[in-house]
Amino acid sequence: MISAGQDRYSRQERFYGIGAEGQKKLAEAKVLIIGAGALGSACAETMVRSGVGRVTLIDRDYVEWSNLQRQNLYSEQDAAERMPKAVAAARRLRSVNSSVEVEGIVADITAEEIGLYTRDVDLILDAADNFEVRMIVNDIAVRDGIPWIYGACTGSYGISMTIVPGQSACLHCLLDGLPTGGDTCDTAGIIGPAVQMTAAYQTAEALKWLSGNVSALRGTLVSFDLWTNRHSSMDTSRLKRADCPSCGSNRTYPYLSPGSHSRTTVLCGRDTVQIRPASPARLDLEEWERRLSAHGRAERNPYMLSLTLEKHRLAVFPDGRVLIHGTGDPAEARSIYHRYFG
Amino acid sequence: MKLYINGNETRLGEACGTLADLLSRPEWKERRMIVELNGAIVGKEDYGHVTLADGDRVELVHFVGGG
Repeated sequence: MISAGQDRYSRQERFYGIGAEGQKKLAEAKVLIIGAGALGSACAETMVRSGVGRVTLIDRDYVEWSNLQRQNLYSEQDAAERMPKAVAAARRLRSVNSSVEVEGIVADITAEEIGLYTRDVDLILDAADNFEVRMIVNDIAVRDGIPWIYGACTGSYGISMTIVPGQSACLHCLLDGLPTGGDTCDTAGIIGPAVQMTAAYQTAEALKWLSGNVSALRGTLVSFDLWTNRHSSMDTSRLKRADCPSCGSNRTYPYLSPGSHSRTTVLCGRDTVQIRPASPARLDLEEWERRLSAHGRAERNPYMLSLTLEKHRLAVFPDGRVLIHGTGDPAEARSIYHRYFG
Repeated sequence: MKLYINGNETRLGEACGTLADLLSRPEWKERRMIVELNGAIVGKEDYGHVTLADGDRVELVHFVGGG
């Protein structure tokens, strides 16, 4: 290990809002990042460079060529080798700052398992690509009193809000159900600056919270469009609902109830459907390579097995998840899944 | 009727009545939004009875899921 220079954080400590005290707090902080795509890459890089004590990333996906335009932790080699994002990101982040404890977890976020990852964290950064996961994050964060920072972007547009349980409105107060339709990276595309700007809003808030500058938190829902040059900042405190099912007086945390999570998910920005087994599985990829190679070209790395069929490609993970590429239709994906996995 | 929607002067052929009427237009119907009218945030429960007037400033912020 290369020994860290004494002045590594000198410019950050010189900044009036952080100082040596704030830097010490950052070094003791534990941050969980949900997703290691575009926002996850950008947020993780800033957290790790800033000297946050521990950074954990969770992601279910692997690196593809179409990611490289905006997901700044990944290389061509990661795409060529189809490295799981959590593994490639952790490797890159450790090389950026070896004094930070970096953990990369290849997994899907579910209501049943999210508690394993949030147990001792100070803050959750949202870099998910769908609302289902965000609502799970919102419920557990509100339940356990962990602040979390919503961030999302598509096209040239981005949006962010810091949710401090017990103080601000929560995501469920603002959204009374899962949004359907609307823009995705599939329909609207996405440009790198929208990612960086969203992540900048998120990580600035993270630095404030983690360094003890609570009064500096923005307190508004911020949104912007870098192409049409619009910017908006709204005080959403009035929208906090006393009857919110997630943070209200008769709360039930509906997104944490088992089975609330669907088994089939259409992935954002990709012609891909993910299927998850009803209960977590442990697949022996070597054994499955042998079985599936009769049906198509099977390739395996330590993290996943890829099966190329005539029209589709399957990515099989040890936890039993299968990504079916070449279709955006959940029904077609399920039928392909059942053909090979019963 | 003239409104300023996200800063853009927008002329609507007919008076569009309430905020709910405005939000049911095809360009916004499918979106989840937070709405400010003349600088004050409006709760969903009030969309149906907040009446729009000529020259009102409407700020619409929509949620997206990408990341």
